[in-house]
Amino acid sequence: MFQPSLAAPIRKFLARRLGDAIALFARLVTAVRAIWDGIAPTEVQRIYFANHSSNGDTILIWTVLPPAIRAQTRPVAAADYWLASPLRRFVGVDVLNTVLIDRRPDQRDHDPMERIIAAVDEGASLIIFPEGRRNTTDAPLLPFKSGIYNIARKRPQVDLVPVWIENLNHVMPKGKVIPIPLLCTVTFGAPVRATDGEDRHAFLARAQDALLALRPEGAND
Amino acid sequence: MTDTQIDFAMLLGGIGGVLVVATATGAMLARRRTSGGATPTIEHLNDRIHAWWTITALLALSFLAGRTGVIILFALCSFAALREFMTLTTKRTADHWAIATAFFIVLPAQYYFVWVEWYAVYSIFIPVYAFLLLPIIAVVQGDTDRFLIRISETQWALMISVYCASYVPALLTLRIDGYAGRNVLLIAFLIVVVQLSDVLQDTWGKMIGKHPVAPQLSSSRTWEGLVGGVASAALVGAGLWWITPFTIWQAAVVSVVIALAGFFGGLVMSAIKQDRGVKDWGHLMAGHGGFIDRLDSVVFSAPLFFHITRYFWSSV
Repeated sequence: MFQPSLAAPIRKFLARRLGDAIALFARLVTAVRAIWDGIAPTEVQRIYFANHSSNGDTILIWTVLPPAIRAQTRPVAAADYWLASPLRRFVGVDVLNTVLIDRRPDQRDHDPMERIIAAVDEGASLIIFPEGRRNTTDAPLLPFKSGIYNIARKRPQVDLVPVWIENLNHVMPKGKVIPIPLLCTVTFGAPVRATDGEDRHAFLARAQDALLALRPEGAND
Repeated sequence: MTDTQIDFAMLLGGIGGVLVVATATGAMLARRRTSGGATPTIEHLNDRIHAWWTITALLALSFLAGRTGVIILFALCSFAALREFMTLTTKRTADHWAIATAFFIVLPAQYYFVWVEWYAVYSIFIPVYAFLLLPIIAVVQGDTDRFLIRISETQWALMISVYCASYVPALLTLRIDGYAGRNVLLIAFLIVVVQLSDVLQDTWGKMIGKHPVAPQLSSSRTWEGLVGGVASAALVGAGLWWITPFTIWQAAVVSVVIALAGFFGGLVMSAIKQDRGVKDWGHLMAGHGGFIDRLDSVVFSAPLFFHITRYFWSSV
């Protein structure tokens, strides 16, 4: 998997510099601003769950997290996307430190939920996209998959923090290579936890509402 | 030092003096209020004063860097302004290439034409050629939903954020007899008069303002503030005649024109914000909203100031 010729410290150094460059680029294009509304940016283990409408979503959240929090936060991402080329692998594995899961049930050799729970047990905060795929519809949010509920049940002590990403889908619509510069905001809201006896549907509905409540007023479409 | 540099240093000294007084006053107000908790108004005021230090420093640096520095600074301002404006416009995926063209081809091209001092091109490039080209790029994508609204708003964004803003550095291309090498002071004159006029309108309005100019739009922009602010701007402009090619009276008249344009420009831009349901254009600097919130009045007055100066004083 790893290139043995590249010594670990050099690899780490390069990953940091590339990480800085990616964050700088994200800021140039989007002038992204974090809004902490109902929660403070502290180094507590959390699971951030966000709306997913653009390939850049992970990077935008990663960019606005303060460095100390960024260092302990791992995005959960699709292995088939991030392992597709050596450069993507470097960004996905070394820069973003993603928890890679396989979305294709017939081809995978692991249980995605096991990997996610293992990362939580190692103390990492996570970034997840509970819609399960990119939303290319006109609806603000797709119905959540069960994954977020299963995590909440298995590790009930960890806060689930809703994160609304505004406008990035206009910066890089599906299938476009060149981003257009537009202002984006990333809003972090008050955490939710599964309550005793709450069933899957009720919890998923509550989590979706918590996320939708963070949409800025006056947002177009 | 050359005459220009001496005048520029004196102007900077003056602005610095005003800012020192403002900073000290702001700090005093904040300290007096700490017993009862600092008020948002005073915090806002102090944020603004700090941002003014930054703006002045940036302008001074770019002026020292010469023509190229000024053009790069305003090209970056246009980029930031266009980014804010396009955030609020109506757009669909079909507009992607048209908008990318506006950002990455039209904007640099406009500033390149200013840089090579090609008046015949930079004065019509966006109003004619971008105006015709961008709808063509959009229409071949085949999506006609709200088409007229989309192409109109994109063009408006370009006209305000790039075309009109580029008239500020375009002042450097004017050739005025007996004023060679001093054009950068025209930019300083424009910005100082228009921005002070903004602040003074606000101050006059707060002191004696009663009758709003556009009641539905803004209760703080009053006729009293407008008259007081424009009259004060005329005095400021007249007092700065020595950095311009104008006489004292000419400087006062030009100041009245650009202060009026700035006032109504601010009103127009407020109407657009209200239409789109936002309070500020962006979130760039604390206390200043976005770039456009600070640039709006300068953007409206720059083309007027350019053409008045060009028509009556310039030889090209």
